Amino acid sequence: MDGSLVLIQLLNGLQLGVLLFLLASGLSLTFGIMDFVNLAHGSLYMIGAYICATLAYWTGSFFLGILLAIPLTAFAGFIIEIGVIRHLYPRDHLDHVLATFGLILCFDTLVQIFWGVEGIAVQLPKWLDGQVELFNGIIFPTYRLLIIITGLFIAAGLYWLVNHTRLGMLIRAGASNRTMVSALGIDIKTLFTGVFALGAVLAGVAGMLISPITEASIGMGNEIIITAFVVIIIGGIGSMKGAFIAALLIGLIDTFGRSFLDDIFKIFMSAEAAETAAPAISAMLIYILMAIVLSFKPQGLFPPKVR
Amino acid sequence: MAEPILSIQGLHKSFGGVTATDNVHLDVLDGETHAVIGPNGAGKTTLISQLSGALKPDAGRILFEGNNIVGQPAHKRSHIGLARSFQITSVFMEMTVLDNVALAVQAHDGHSFRFWTPARASKNLTDPAMACLKQVGLESRANDTASVMSHGERRQLEIAMALATKPKLLLLDEPMAGMGPDESARMVETLKSLSGKTMLLVEHDMDAVFALADRISVLVYGQVIATGTPDEVRADENVRHAYLGEAA
Amino acid sequence: MANLETTQNSQMPDNWTSLFTATGWANLILLVGLALVPTIAYYTGHPFWIDISTRLVILAIAAVSLNLVLGYGGMISFGHAAFLGIGAYAVGVPAYHATYGEFEAIASYNGFFQFGLAIAVAALFALITGAICLRTKGVHFIMITMAFGQMVYFAIVSIETYGGDDGLVIDTRSEFPGLDLSNPIALYALCFISLLVVLYIVHRLVNSRFGMVIQGAKGNAERMNAIGFNAYIYQLTAYVISGAICGYAGALLGNFTTFISPEMMDWSRSGELMFMVILGGAAYLLGPVFGAVAFILLEEILSGFTLYWHLPFGIILILSVLFVKGGMSGLLSRLGKRDG
Repeated sequence: MDGSLVLIQLLNGLQLGVLLFLLASGLSLTFGIMDFVNLAHGSLYMIGAYICATLAYWTGSFFLGILLAIPLTAFAGFIIEIGVIRHLYPRDHLDHVLATFGLILCFDTLVQIFWGVEGIAVQLPKWLDGQVELFNGIIFPTYRLLIIITGLFIAAGLYWLVNHTRLGMLIRAGASNRTMVSALGIDIKTLFTGVFALGAVLAGVAGMLISPITEASIGMGNEIIITAFVVIIIGGIGSMKGAFIAALLIGLIDTFGRSFLDDIFKIFMSAEAAETAAPAISAMLIYILMAIVLSFKPQGLFPPKVR
Repeated sequence: MAEPILSIQGLHKSFGGVTATDNVHLDVLDGETHAVIGPNGAGKTTLISQLSGALKPDAGRILFEGNNIVGQPAHKRSHIGLARSFQITSVFMEMTVLDNVALAVQAHDGHSFRFWTPARASKNLTDPAMACLKQVGLESRANDTASVMSHGERRQLEIAMALATKPKLLLLDEPMAGMGPDESARMVETLKSLSGKTMLLVEHDMDAVFALADRISVLVYGQVIATGTPDEVRADENVRHAYLGEAA
Repeated sequence: MANLETTQNSQMPDNWTSLFTATGWANLILLVGLALVPTIAYYTGHPFWIDISTRLVILAIAAVSLNLVLGYGGMISFGHAAFLGIGAYAVGVPAYHATYGEFEAIASYNGFFQFGLAIAVAALFALITGAICLRTKGVHFIMITMAFGQMVYFAIVSIETYGGDDGLVIDTRSEFPGLDLSNPIALYALCFISLLVVLYIVHRLVNSRFGMVIQGAKGNAERMNAIGFNAYIYQLTAYVISGAICGYAGALLGNFTTFISPEMMDWSRSGELMFMVILGGAAYLLGPVFGAVAFILLEEILSGFTLYWHLPFGIILILSVLFVKGGMSGLLSRLGKRDG
């Protein structure tokens, strides 16, 4: 366990963390403002990845792919909101869960029909497809570094949007006082559609960013969405600040657990036992963390003030 | 009618910057009907919620029969003899009227880790439940589902459920809320017929309060500004100024 | 009419006349059908039907267990597939060690041991996770049950010994004296009788004092506390009982498929169980059984038409949430009212 490896895993953890934040922030927005539970949020992550992969292939440029895929993902979110989600706001959470579960089945199958069962790889431009030396001989993949920077920029943008804009004011007011927003003469339907589309874009961008590393594949959203749930549960459902801190925390803990837990276990158990136990424990680590947090703070670390 | 069964001492509760309960001192004597009145937002429901255990006060003591009950969970308070009715009707809508009351009886008839015998067949539950329904005049509706009852009837049912827990002190949070004149009159009759029970009654309806209460406390902005018999309160300058002034 | 109400409220006919209502007849036809159709099909040379029916009945048991917490108790658990998986691995793991050695303490083909282990481990898992989940409400509860379910999934995936992602083949089924589970009819009989027993247990439970408490706590826990119940402890007990029953169903499932993998506890399996409960009508004793029948039939029919049967299935699910209230039992009772 040398220093440079720790530093590299720190960066890997950050990279996972910002991706989780992109997913969790959208979830948190839709829950905080519309009181809506969206299981199909992971589908938007997948859709973003597939659209981007296809466009990148057609245009021959990954960046052009992303640029074109963003409005398309927003449009997908827009259609889903108007077609299905909107009618579910007055319903209870059970109906939300069932209907969005239905949406997942639809999207997974539609992707299978259009793109086939095999995943699609995404080609990175040459200048990104390498490694950079950060300092003291620490070498890190250029593209992963770019993900971290992009993610932090988006997080800063969201912070600005929620705290310093008129839209953000509406968003914060909507979360605490729905009737007040309507009384101010703001079309709450449009606001909700806009927020949902924003969440869709955030999830979609996360999917686009990860696609060159993992390729776009069916079900890619269904695994990570649970981790995103764990993030917002730990952070406090509806809190953007909580989502950000918890996302980085989960990203780091998951990454460190997977890389170093066996070494730590070897300190106090046999090498053989450590190699059996470590993968199982590290797979459960974030859930154990969630259980511990909930035991002390059932509402998460940063529960929103209202509600 | 001498010893206070409930003694509230220096109770304090605030939400953010708003003080809902401000250094409240209040005694409820054994056997009396004590009403708490006050304008909207005076902190009446907040006070009841702290008494029943649904809210935790920031400071102060609540002595019930001499013991401080602050910090005890709601279900324990029910077992020492505090019963609460809710301002917003809170009955089990999908159950029958009788089942609603029987459930309240069951809560005070040992533990409920009884997995096999049908609860509805148990005379130990249904007989006392029927008795409580008779007290509020709902015995003919026993087998109807709560969801088909009128608003006034559900309020009566709330009282029956509270009675079923054999309380030493009934906390009634606006039992007349949202009722028409006929329903209100019926509720007043029901509550009158319970005379002898100790009651802390929070109510808007002045006619009802003056018809029922032995003593009245007036709550304004979280503070008790006067306590006394209906006549004393009626005559109180502060009260006339702060509250009755608008109505009288 | 009045009889119908009784059936709806008390979940099972209290007297014989109430059997002869729309719901009562449907219940009877369902159970007799489940007993006869596969048996007749098997002896007339259509063994395919007994396979489907066995799967159906096992899923029905799991759905009935979920209905106890979801339908009656209002606890929306999205992690019940984990209990199925735990039950299945409680058969597979002892059998694996009995075949390949190591861990002699649990190595066994004994059915009583394996099924007992399935129930015990599932109940323990329900106790630990339920104690945490039930401290929260509403959407927290949904997501946390889901997360704990996924935790088991990943834990099994990471254990190479039992095949990890690839799963584990059960070479030898659970051994019971006088009962050969490799005979499809014997296995089906065990599953069907188990379903009847589980239905009876749940019927007694929900009508007992305990059942009244968990139904009262559904959606109105504050009221329960005010009349003097500690709702939490009763809800936790219901959750543990439900988990134990579902673990038992998992042990049956392991014996039926003889191949177990983490895939069987993926969260979409939990979603399917939930679908069965809701489709059949929550808080109605036989609802989940109807739901399981509908689910299996849909799956068989749709997958006969198209490889992409999840698409129409998903659409049906969305439409039924948007337009059908109260599930099939709701429909049935509305039909019954029209008749009467």
